[in-house]
Amino acid sequence: MRNVGIIMRRELASYFATPLAYVFIVIFLFLANVFTFYLGHLYESGQADLYPFFTFHPWLYLFLIPAISMKLWSEERKSGSIELLMTQPVELSEAVLGKFLAAWIFTALAVALTFPLWITVNYLGHPDNGAILTAYLGSIMLAGGFLAIGSCMSALTRNQVVAFILAVVACFMFLLAGFPLVLDVFRSWAPQPLIDAVASLSFLTHFESIQKGVIDLRDLLYFAMLIAFFLLATAIALELRKAD
Amino acid sequence: MIKTEQLTKRYDSLTAVDDVSFHVGPGEVLGFLGPNGAGKTTTMRMLAGFVTPTSGRASICGHDVESEPLKAKAALGYLPEGAPLYGEMTVRRFLEFIADLRSLTGARRSQRLGHVIEHLQLGGVLDQTIETLSKGFRRRVGLAQAIMHDPPVLILDEPTDGLDPNQKHEVRTLINDMARDKIIVISTHILEEVDAVCTRAIIISRGRIVADDTPTGLAARSRYHNAVSMQLEQPAQLAEARAAVAALPAVAEVEVSERDARLTALPRAGATILPAVSELAVRAGLKLKELHLESGRLDEVFRTITA
Repeated sequence: MRNVGIIMRRELASYFATPLAYVFIVIFLFLANVFTFYLGHLYESGQADLYPFFTFHPWLYLFLIPAISMKLWSEERKSGSIELLMTQPVELSEAVLGKFLAAWIFTALAVALTFPLWITVNYLGHPDNGAILTAYLGSIMLAGGFLAIGSCMSALTRNQVVAFILAVVACFMFLLAGFPLVLDVFRSWAPQPLIDAVASLSFLTHFESIQKGVIDLRDLLYFAMLIAFFLLATAIALELRKAD
Repeated sequence: MIKTEQLTKRYDSLTAVDDVSFHVGPGEVLGFLGPNGAGKTTTMRMLAGFVTPTSGRASICGHDVESEPLKAKAALGYLPEGAPLYGEMTVRRFLEFIADLRSLTGARRSQRLGHVIEHLQLGGVLDQTIETLSKGFRRRVGLAQAIMHDPPVLILDEPTDGLDPNQKHEVRTLINDMARDKIIVISTHILEEVDAVCTRAIIISRGRIVADDTPTGLAARSRYHNAVSMQLEQPAQLAEARAAVAALPAVAEVEVSERDARLTALPRAGATILPAVSELAVRAGLKLKELHLESGRLDEVFRTITA
């Protein structure tokens, strides 16, 4: 497991070696604030909480997270550096985990940089800081789910643009799994238990209670299992296709 | 020790590597030759644990590449084809990253880092990012990565491909330097390289081994083996010389190149013709610019075997 840390640090440093990290952070902060103030009406709502802020996170992540995850494996396969990495004495699982953690920590850093909003609401009133902290945690778990899906899509193709699009589509399905748009596809033929199962996979349902400040172990478990599942799928996809 | 037993890799309908078995022992530098697409890279990737064999086995220093992949990889230094690297990293960071993955720590880590940096003359580019380096330097970084942990076995896939003659010479010198105490396998389609560095050559064609011999042994298979080649001072004498040489009993065939007034006499199987030809040249009063005995032409052997 020592290798996980080594690979993670290399990966994380590589974000900051290119403009990618800075561009991403600037755009993320800009959009997060636009959504919060213009669409969420933080001021006009007259309440000292960050609900208008967190409510847009799933939609913000839908396009921004695949932009991070698309290069995780596509780039390695395109440049051939995956051959260099996988011929070192490293387990595939260590590489998958190391690279995922780097992307997750980077995203968490971008999310943490929204702290001026938190200071703002504390300045304006007396928000429930415990709830805000919980919502931050939920948001980072949600980002982890998006990233794990993106990692898997990135392992499927050498083309980063294709990886991006696949990730957006897959994340969109998970986001809306509880909504008629997705459920109607199943409704015509699937038995009710399957429809319920699909509906229960929705990101939004699981994120909703957390963003209000309610920690339900089942929601955390949901995201943890989702991440584990897609990282496993990433490893399988790589095992099958790494040398293609 | 590298050992493969009936190593085979099939992709859907294509058999990339077909029933390849060989051993390579200490002190040997094995040249892996073959046309593009013959299965050289796939074989090396299976040895390096990057591609899983469809059937058969391979082991590095007694460690099976499938059942003990980490031990096999630890005993192996590998330069992938085209020497892929992380372009955005500086040379220093990259080498440190590899040293960490190779579990080098403390004094040994700094000693090995210092050694590869000095040995491959990377001191001047340590703080440059890899993508800004010339091809020659990038290849050196790739080699530095492969020898970082001082492995007993080195597998280098086309280590000189795309380099200029000076850089090729440098890389070959490096390989020769390391040959004494390591097992080295290099793949190439440049035949001069075999003479320059290898003690043994395997020619592979359409996934199968078609020849396994020393470079001298391979050259001896050439029809030019023990042929006599001479260059005349007066091109006018060419026709006359040709007739005279062809009349010698041990000469099987005579080839003439008008361009440089050169005449090559090929012997019948097993015959020695140099004394007879040189005597004839004196007798017939041919003025020679040059006369030499050929040991055989590898490129001709290569073409004959792999065509």
